[in-house]
Order: sequence, then structure tokens, then C-alpha cells
Amino acid sequence: MTSEPKIEVSGLHKSFGSLNVLHGIDLTVEPGGVVALIGPSGSGKSTLLRCLNLLVTPDQGSIRIGRNRFSFGPGTAQPSKYKLAGFRANTGMVFQHFNLFPHLSVLGNIVEAPMIVRKMPRAEAEALGLELLTKVGLPDKAQEFPGRLSGGQKQRVAIARALAMQPEVMLFDEATSALDPELVGEVLSVMRSLARDGMTMVIVTHEMAFAREVADKVIFMRDGVIVEEGPANLVIDEPQNPATRAFLAHFHGKDGV
Amino acid sequence: MYAWDFQFLWNYRYLFAEGIGVTIGFTIAVVILGIIAGMVAGLMMLSRFAVIRLIASAYVELFRCTPLLVQLIWIYYALPILSGIELSGVSAGLIALSLYGGAFYAEIIRGGIVSIDVGQSEAGMALGMTPLQIMKRIILPQALKRMAPPMLNQSIIQLKNTSLVSIIAVPDLLYQGQIIAHDSYKPLEVYSAIALAYLAILFPLTTLARYGEKKFSVRIEP
Repeated sequence: MTSEPKIEVSGLHKSFGSLNVLHGIDLTVEPGGVVALIGPSGSGKSTLLRCLNLLVTPDQGSIRIGRNRFSFGPGTAQPSKYKLAGFRANTGMVFQHFNLFPHLSVLGNIVEAPMIVRKMPRAEAEALGLELLTKVGLPDKAQEFPGRLSGGQKQRVAIARALAMQPEVMLFDEATSALDPELVGEVLSVMRSLARDGMTMVIVTHEMAFAREVADKVIFMRDGVIVEEGPANLVIDEPQNPATRAFLAHFHGKDGV
Repeated sequence: MYAWDFQFLWNYRYLFAEGIGVTIGFTIAVVILGIIAGMVAGLMMLSRFAVIRLIASAYVELFRCTPLLVQLIWIYYALPILSGIELSGVSAGLIALSLYGGAFYAEIIRGGIVSIDVGQSEAGMALGMTPLQIMKRIILPQALKRMAPPMLNQSIIQLKNTSLVSIIAVPDLLYQGQIIAHDSYKPLEVYSAIALAYLAILFPLTTLARYGEKKFSVRIEP
């Protein structure tokens, strides 16, 4: 691809108190690229993902997504809440625990942000919502409330809700970790079709088979640094770094990777 | 054996009615003013700024940890001496009961808001909503449902608390009852009738509160 990267992160640092969670992360994602972040818990992969839409404010470094760029560190002003909101509107995020709004119907969940943030007329937002529900395979659940859905259905609604903002990139934070095993497949298949449609995606996941299949690039993190990165099949099947090998050993055999 | 005689109370029906009217009117006023005070203090306790949180907590603790009767007497007798402003019994009663109730409402409101899972705000933020939009559209609609039963309970307590204003000559139900008791020399019947009057007003409300608690305790998981 000749165009410039969709996501560019450089020199990202973050600590919580005395705990250094990220030190010096550099990352680029091409338009339409799919990057999987893997690593043990506490490695900083979720924090990195949450820095990408500034749910966590980095201490230092810069982040660019599309045309929006933010720098952090000494001498830079904290971005205003309106700038932050505008930035986040362009990045969709899917959470481990879905975080659907329980007081709104499925369709209500999806049209809320387009109507409130983008000022889209209700009829238009609902048409978009129904289209997205069809895309995630739940066109008949529009009037249902989230409490009546299975975990897999909730997560698919959450994906539709994020897509309704027509984001430039989608971030997935362990989107299948809270699901019963038999429900993982339906969510992964929606993610797979998004990747096929050319959505730029960053995925924090423990599903190694899925990462190898869908991701162009796999990044292994440990203790807040990127230990190894490269094409998915290389990193997962022939890890070079001992730490990566040790981590992946837990998965080999378990799901036959 | 005491011979009960409730019939004579009919002669005092207008005084009773007046007392009930004052009690209900007073309750409505202190509930509304109390909720306003509680809303302000409750939101202040959630402020980013430590000074604002401190002021709100100081108010809440001061009024929660002193008896209402002491507050009432202090505001009626002591405050005018300090401030030089003469307060009528009604004004002193309104101020004391509203501030007292406000301290409890503040805790209910603050608790209701923080009880909403942080993932709800994060989802709103991730969708590009501003903090105000999140509060209005996501947090408050869920929090208000949880607050409703304890707010109703607190308001019931407030109605009973209004009986204290009789000591500063506000002509509420209890005050009128005392007049009737002195006048008729039949305190047993009078105070029993007063108790029944409170019961008749409050029982439907507690029933409603219990119904509400049951209805809203069925939580929908996010």
C-alpha cells in the first residue's frame, strides 16, 4: 500500500503511580490492516489499546489516527474534553464485558451516539442501525433489551453500536474473553467479516488460532514493551524470542495451534 | 379500665384538618428543598476538585451526625443571635428540615451515581459522548431508578420529622393535637388519633415504596 499508515504511535509511555505499564511503544497500522496484540496479563496490551482512543491518557509520546493527532508529555496541554470526544467518535471500541446500555433497547443502544454525537436524524440512525444489526446477524432483536440477549448476541450488538459511528478504526479489548466457549465463534465470525471488508483493526486477544488467521501482524508484549512483532504465522508458529516461545507454549497443544 | 371516648374529637375536626394540611404542605416543601440541596451536595461530592468535595462532605456529616431536634433549636434560637436575623418558626423549620434531609438525599444521589458500572461511562466515552451527555443520557436514567425507593423512604422519614417543628410553634398536626389535648383533657384519645392520622398518610406511601423496591431490584445486567 502506498498510502500513509492509518494508525501511528510513537514513543508511548504510561505509568500508574510507580508502576510502569508502557515504556516506549512504537506501532503503525496500515489502512485495512489487522493487528493482534498478544501477551501475558499485565503486559500492557490492554492499556496500549485504551491509549489508542485515549480512555487512558498517555504520559508521553504521540498518537495519530487518520488525520487526528495528539502529543503528550512535558509542555503539551491536556486535550479538551470536546477534542477528546471528537477523537473517540472516530475510533470504535468493543469491550470485554460488552458495556451495553441496559436501559435502552438494542436499536436504542445503536442509535444513541449517532443521534447525540453526530446529530443524525432518528429515522436515518434507525435505518443505519437496522442495517448494522443485519450485518451482525441480529436483525430480529432490534426491540429486545440487552438483558434478554446471550453474551455472544450482546457482543455482536456492541460491535454494531461501535460501527454506527462509522469509525476509521475498530479496537477490540478481549472481545471474546467473557463468553462461554460455544458463543465465541459467532463473535469471531463477525470480526472476521469486518476484517474482510477492509476495516482497520487492533485486537487484544487470547485466541491464537484466530489471530493467526485474521491478523496481518502479531505483536507480542511483555512488561510494557514490544518483545516481538511480525507476520502472524511467523510470530505464532516460529517465535524467535524466548519470552514469546514460553508464552505461546501455554497455547500450543491446548488449541492445537 | 379506661373508658375510651373518641366522639368529642369531631368537635375539633377543623383543627385536625388544619394540622394535617400544615404537616403535608410542610413535608412537600422540605422534600423538594431537601432534594435540591441533596442534588447539589451529591454532585459536589463527585467533583474533580478536592475543596468542593470537602465542603460537601462537611455539610453532609454535620447534618447527619447531629440530632435534628438540636439543629432545629439551634437554627431557631441560636442562629438569630449570631446573624441578627429574626426567623419565624416556619422559616427555621423549613431551613433545618431541608438541610437535614438534603444531607441524606445527597448520600442517596451520590451512591446511586457511583453504583453505575464504570464500563457504562467508558462505553459512552468510547462512542465520543461528552461527560455531560454521558451523565444525562446514560448514567442518570439508570441511577434515578435505583435512587427512587431510598428517596421515597427518606421522604417518609421527613414527613415524620415534621412533627418536631411543633416545638417551635409551627401549627402542624402534633401542635394542634397538643392544643386539643389541653383543651379537652383527653390526651389519650387525642394522641392516639394523631398516631392514626400519621399512619393513614404514611401506610400507602410505604406500600408504594416496597412495591418500587421490588420492581427495581430486578436488575438488568449490562
